[in-house]
Amino acid sequence: MSQANSHYTKQQSTFVQRFKKNYIGWLFIILSVLGIGLFYFYPMVQAFLLSLQSGMGSNLEYVGLDNYIRLFNDPTFITALTNTILYLLIQVPVMIVLALIFSVLLNDPTLKFRGFFRTAIFLPAVTSLVAYAVIFKYLFGSDGLVNEFLLNFNLISEPLNWLTDPFLAKITIIIAITWRWTGYNMIFYLSALQNVDKSMYEAARIDGASPVQQFFFITIPLLKPIILFTSIVSTIGTLQLFDEVMNITSGGPGNATMTISMYIYNLSFEYTPDFGYAATVSYVILILVVILSFIQFKLGGDRE
Amino acid sequence: MKKIKRIFIYLFLSTAAIVSIFPFLWMIVSMTNKSVDVTRGKLTPGMHFIENLNNLLETTQIGIALWNSFLIAVITTVLTLLIGSLAGYGFEIYRSKGKDMIFNILILSMMIPFAAIMIPLYRLFGRISADAPFIGLDTLAAAFLPTIITAFFIFFFRQNTKMFAKELVEAGRIDGLSELGIFFRIYLPTMKTTYAAAAIIAFMNSWNNYLWPLVVLQSPENQTIPLLISNLGAGYTPDYGVIMTAIVIATLPTALVFFLMQRHFVAGMMGSVKG
Repeated sequence: MSQANSHYTKQQSTFVQRFKKNYIGWLFIILSVLGIGLFYFYPMVQAFLLSLQSGMGSNLEYVGLDNYIRLFNDPTFITALTNTILYLLIQVPVMIVLALIFSVLLNDPTLKFRGFFRTAIFLPAVTSLVAYAVIFKYLFGSDGLVNEFLLNFNLISEPLNWLTDPFLAKITIIIAITWRWTGYNMIFYLSALQNVDKSMYEAARIDGASPVQQFFFITIPLLKPIILFTSIVSTIGTLQLFDEVMNITSGGPGNATMTISMYIYNLSFEYTPDFGYAATVSYVILILVVILSFIQFKLGGDRE
Repeated sequence: MKKIKRIFIYLFLSTAAIVSIFPFLWMIVSMTNKSVDVTRGKLTPGMHFIENLNNLLETTQIGIALWNSFLIAVITTVLTLLIGSLAGYGFEIYRSKGKDMIFNILILSMMIPFAAIMIPLYRLFGRISADAPFIGLDTLAAAFLPTIITAFFIFFFRQNTKMFAKELVEAGRIDGLSELGIFFRIYLPTMKTTYAAAAIIAFMNSWNNYLWPLVVLQSPENQTIPLLISNLGAGYTPDYGVIMTAIVIATLPTALVFFLMQRHFVAGMMGSVKG
């Protein structure tokens, strides 16, 4: 009798304990769950509802899919989308290849001044986006130092309009982002390379593989997961490109360097506010992020 | 042949290093020069630093902007670390199926681009303004509130909690510590490195944040450093010496953090998903 009783209380106490443990566990996470719900998922739903509405300021009414149809006939949106994809297709691969080359060169223990090169190339990653953007705006101005340098070395015969020529302005943006983020990506590859088994390269050398072959057949496959990771991060970052374009060219000349994020900002806060349509454009970024991440995962193989 | 290749590698890396460092040198040198000299391409240090600094202090509200940025960054860092580590710890130590599912849903929010939720957030704070003006639009609170709870830091702390010896939790319970007591007295002190790395990322992200403050902070007395620099840079008759001084001041904190805490810095970067 007493045995059964104690058994019962024991069971009950473990249940109470488990409940208590569980309930305390929820207390630890509750703030984060509410916060992310309020500041991420709720706005996401709101943005979708907004995208079905149109009007000025807070005078909104439901218009169904009109905003989505408007996208296709909006030249500014199409320019912004094309520009963003162009930045993505050119800048991300150039930067990743550069970062890979730097990391492979700097991983060679016989190289002198490795620490210096590594720190120097990484340094741009500590600057604030706005600060470096303003610096680049001045460096690339028509009477800026870049033109002066190129003129002095007779690489050009007259100053280039880095900021006011539609084509060169895009190039300036791409150069700027590459300057800021290459060292950042390099650090990821460098630390991944440090974990690579040196004997693999030894074996490859004995088999007569050239450094270039080693790069393509050992380094790249081994770094595939981290390359995938950095390219997804860079893709998401580039799709949201705002700070640099805003501060280097303000989207100009015309809309030649306009990005989707900048267009959303302009639609909401620069032009007559049209929050509904701006929300529609913002959903395009979300859809692009999801699609491109998915494609990169597929290309990168089925890894978690 | 091998030697030529070596020389080529050094040339290549040196060029990259010069290109990387040059803008830093230029802003430091230009900080000491008059505006006209900067436009003339003068690359040697001058004697006008004090003059530029005085002009900066007189013509802009850099003191206020520095204070705002600092205040926002410190509050953001403290709250981000506290809330993020509580959740990361909670998800890992009190693991359950339900919580794992919630965790996966929270992680999905890392895919949401800020531009996609910016407008609803702005409208949300507009509505908050009506009832609680002290955390509504154009307040410092509004500038940091949406940034303190992020899936990234929950993920970051959960990953690092995996390396935390769980026996310590049991030991704490036997010693009669409360569950929160275990977190504050045992977990927090043993995870100092993780907190340091997280603090660096949180501080840098906040210090450099631009788009959301631009949207939500309107009045000059609420300006942060990036907003001030952006405004200076957009001026029609820029005083380059003054602007460069402002930029150097803005870059100093993050550069210092980098040089003083390089190891934590890189550890933080490795875990950072902000790009």
